[in-house]
Amino acid sequence: MDGNMLADFNFRIIMEYLPLFLHGLGATFLISTASIFLALVVGVIACACRISQIKYLKYPAIAYIELIRSTPLLVQIYFFYFGLPTLGVRIPEIQTGILALMLNSGAYIAEIIRAGISSVDEGHIEAGISSGLNYVQRMRFIILPQALGATIPPLLGQAIVLVKDSALLSLISVAELTRCGQVLTSERFMPTEAFLTVAFFYMCIYFVLKSLADWSQKKLIFREVY
Amino acid sequence: MMGFYFNRLVEILPLFLKGLWMTTQIAFISLGVCTVLGFSLGILRSGKSVILKWIIGVYVSFVRGTPFVVQVFIIFFIFPEWGLQLEAFSAALLAMAIMGSAFICEIVAGGIASISKGQWEAAESSGLSRIQQMRLVILPQAMRVILPPLVGQFVLLIKDTSVVSVIGVMDLTRVGWITVIRIPEGLMVFSLVGILYFVISYPLILLSNYLERKMAV
Repeated sequence: MDGNMLADFNFRIIMEYLPLFLHGLGATFLISTASIFLALVVGVIACACRISQIKYLKYPAIAYIELIRSTPLLVQIYFFYFGLPTLGVRIPEIQTGILALMLNSGAYIAEIIRAGISSVDEGHIEAGISSGLNYVQRMRFIILPQALGATIPPLLGQAIVLVKDSALLSLISVAELTRCGQVLTSERFMPTEAFLTVAFFYMCIYFVLKSLADWSQKKLIFREVY
Repeated sequence: MMGFYFNRLVEILPLFLKGLWMTTQIAFISLGVCTVLGFSLGILRSGKSVILKWIIGVYVSFVRGTPFVVQVFIIFFIFPEWGLQLEAFSAALLAMAIMGSAFICEIVAGGIASISKGQWEAAESSGLSRIQQMRLVILPQAMRVILPPLVGQFVLLIKDTSVVSVIGVMDLTRVGWITVIRIPEGLMVFSLVGILYFVISYPLILLSNYLERKMAV
């Protein structure tokens, strides 16, 4: 097989395993979608706590965000996968995985939102105060609409990261896309076919999300220039 | 029971320190390699050769578009089929180098692109060669833009070394994984692993935050 790298590429085996791959693709899609929405909720709450003046909310939020950001996701996944059963909590691997992805992305999303909020010009907030708007009104009419614009491109970036991160769930035997590659490798020993197909599917997801992120970025810059 | 397991954990602490050493080695060797490769690729990408730009673009897209664990599997399982047999440690380093340099390439190319055309033109009309323009005029200015995200990327790379545990490198994560099979105290074992990662990466996070504050303005 040396030398002619892809000459022996076996498309037949890929067709045979295509249902499995499509199933894995669906699982990756579901896991990612569920995790990103849950992470958004976690992120908004964590960010609200992080920027609040109440220290019982602020410091736990800082601890959570910094702890997540300075440890590897794989370690967090293993922490829940091996740790939850010792606490007597037995949930399926897929839910353990979503829990880990949610908490991991939540911390990054909290920081993204915080950056978005702090990007709002001080002058606008002062103008709001002097117009007699209260805190909630300022949030609603001045800060959030502008912050949201600044957060959408990095949030889409985080979605890309999350899709790729979901591949790590294969290591706790969740039947997602990467796991299909492992299955094909162990059943037929065809790693080339297996992992190049897996990579191809991830690239497809990546390009869709990437164009979406670029488009939203352009759109926002355009609006700003206008 | 907890106490019993805790004592056993203390017993095998040397194993964790070995894992920490392995992780540190992989992290810092690959940080060095990635930085050198990433800067070279980033500079080439900002150059004039269209073909070179295109090739680097494809490489960067592939690395950014696929999960790191899939890249590790490709290197560990597929490269031997193509006649490149690697032991776990070198496969891990190769995977880290390929992945990290693509991300650093993007950061460097972005930094160089942020320098205005006028700077290039001024450097050129001062009679500097292309290499001198890059080294004396463009890069020193671009470093302000490059440095904060570069250090941030270092943190990501250190954390990503945990993924190479899947091909059997005895790093921190792998040590945790084999320990948890003998000592069924997942929370305790992976808290310890997490703390050890924290020790390596948190100082760099602080550095990255500091640089971001200092370089912004």
